[in-house]
Amino acid sequence: MNILESFNYWIVMALMMCGLYIMIAQGNLIKKIVGLTIFQTSVFIFYISMAKVTGATAPIIKEGLELYSNPLPHVLILTAIVVGISTTALALALVIRIRQAYGTIEEDEIRAKDRLE
Amino acid sequence: MNSQLPILLVIVPLLAAPLCLFIKKPTLVWLFASIVSVLALLFSLIILSQVWETGELVYSLGGWQAPIGIEYRIDLLNAYLSVIVAALACICLLAAYKSIGEEIKKGKQTLFYVTFLLCLAGMLGVVVTGDVFNLFVFMEIAALSSYVLIAMGKNRKALIASLTYLLVGTLGATFILIGIGLVYMLTGSLNMQDLSVLLLSAPQSNTLFTAFTFFFVGTCLKLALFPLHWWLPNAYTYAPSIVSVFLAATATKIAIYILLRVIFSLFGSEFSYHTLPLQNILMTLGLAGILVCSVIAIFQQDLKQIFAYSSVAQVAYMMLALGMNNISGLMATLLHLFNHALMKGALFLALACIMYRLKSVQLSDIAGLGWQMPWTMAAIVIAGFSLIGLPLTVGFISKWYMLLASFENAWQPIALVILFGSLLAAVYIWRIVEKAYFSPLTTNNQHIKEAPLALLVPTWLLVLANLYFGIDTRFSLSISLHTAQMLLGVAP
Repeated sequence: MNILESFNYWIVMALMMCGLYIMIAQGNLIKKIVGLTIFQTSVFIFYISMAKVTGATAPIIKEGLELYSNPLPHVLILTAIVVGISTTALALALVIRIRQAYGTIEEDEIRAKDRLE
Repeated sequence: MNSQLPILLVIVPLLAAPLCLFIKKPTLVWLFASIVSVLALLFSLIILSQVWETGELVYSLGGWQAPIGIEYRIDLLNAYLSVIVAALACICLLAAYKSIGEEIKKGKQTLFYVTFLLCLAGMLGVVVTGDVFNLFVFMEIAALSSYVLIAMGKNRKALIASLTYLLVGTLGATFILIGIGLVYMLTGSLNMQDLSVLLLSAPQSNTLFTAFTFFFVGTCLKLALFPLHWWLPNAYTYAPSIVSVFLAATATKIAIYILLRVIFSLFGSEFSYHTLPLQNILMTLGLAGILVCSVIAIFQQDLKQIFAYSSVAQVAYMMLALGMNNISGLMATLLHLFNHALMKGALFLALACIMYRLKSVQLSDIAGLGWQMPWTMAAIVIAGFSLIGLPLTVGFISKWYMLLASFENAWQPIALVILFGSLLAAVYIWRIVEKAYFSPLTTNNQHIKEAPLALLVPTWLLVLANLYFGIDTRFSLSISLHTAQMLLGVAP
């Protein structure tokens, strides 16, 4: 498989790994959520780029055009984006509550406070 | 009316959830939510009896035929799962009136019922849908509302537990989404029925392997298969008691349902077990999970923590049985889905009773309570027997089939591990029994009375179900036998 031909998948992979790494390595809860969002976005790009057909246009019926890109993955990903937004919103709301309860959003400080109890 | 049942099962709780917001009074909201859950149970029972008599039910949403439109396709497995989920939701709501009234602030109680109904709608949606993308969306509805439910716990650790669950759960769901994308690239279809035919004839490419792996790892994160289970114990421990009951009894079952569908309906057992080393993976992780998590459970001081780790071990039992790859093994998995929901439901409800009186579920705090709260403690003992797998309880039936399955494969050492796992369960149940019956009553506990009837009745309903279905096994056995035959494609 030609690397250049499937460059979109390489970009998706790179973004996905960045997101996962941030989620695992960062101790700051907001940064973890940023990592999660990057991870999810890479999947959105994966869906959108796989629908592209070389030399095709947007799926609007018009004379003289015969090749159309597949619109279904775009529709799916619209739904997935909504799910992603709700997840991020809920996660941020939880972080606000955690900050109110613990006074910090650093994972190791939270753990230290839990241990003191 | 009857032909609309599959959609009603999902749409009634889904629409009822926002309606709760208009009824401000907690008592009325509770009544409304209970009626909705009873309706859902009724629908699922009618569906089950219809499927049992006439076979698969198919419902095309908006009249669009599959594979263009979304269809709900209900066979025995879906109907069975929907009955489990709806029945447990009913019992949880029955107990919620007292327990939630105690554990959640008055202003927030309405919101509890809203999210609970949303969670129920999401779970039922996962179970009935025949479209993989639709399944992802419903799974996220159920997951998002369960994060909120867990965060309602009083202890501030509930917030951390909820956020951890959110990060892991979203990771799992996104893995499944990648799997769906890859499968769509291969076949151009999202309909499960369609996919099962198309994937069977698809060439064995790396895309196919990758898709299966993403599906598998994603669902394993969701079902807390050892060693991907670290989010579960805290989530169950710090959630409000009723939420622990509901999630422990249903959430992992839904994930196992998805795994069964992926293995048997999408990719086919031939591909999963013979082309890929699924058997070895499930056996290894299952055995490790049973031993490690049962041992961890023995050393916990918090009763909820004990049963949360035991839940991970029980999930590992189901995976072990699934890994046997024979009809008794699959039957054992399906039986244990139902039986584990009954026993963990009863155990966590008994803990809700203790929480209601003691405001704590620490092992050290229940000293001598066996005589103060006889009904609650008796419920823990009987459900504990079921967890161990003693005869006359449901636990025995599923353990029996697990043993049969391992003997069929001539794997005697595995059978020994299953028995040893039961022994470990006996140890952590015994620690509770010893503390409750054979320790002197502390001065703090002298005024503790038995839990109110509103909590005892649902607890004992489940305890009696543990005994009833352990003696009269016709219902669970015949359904799991037929479902297993259907999934493996063997003629009955």
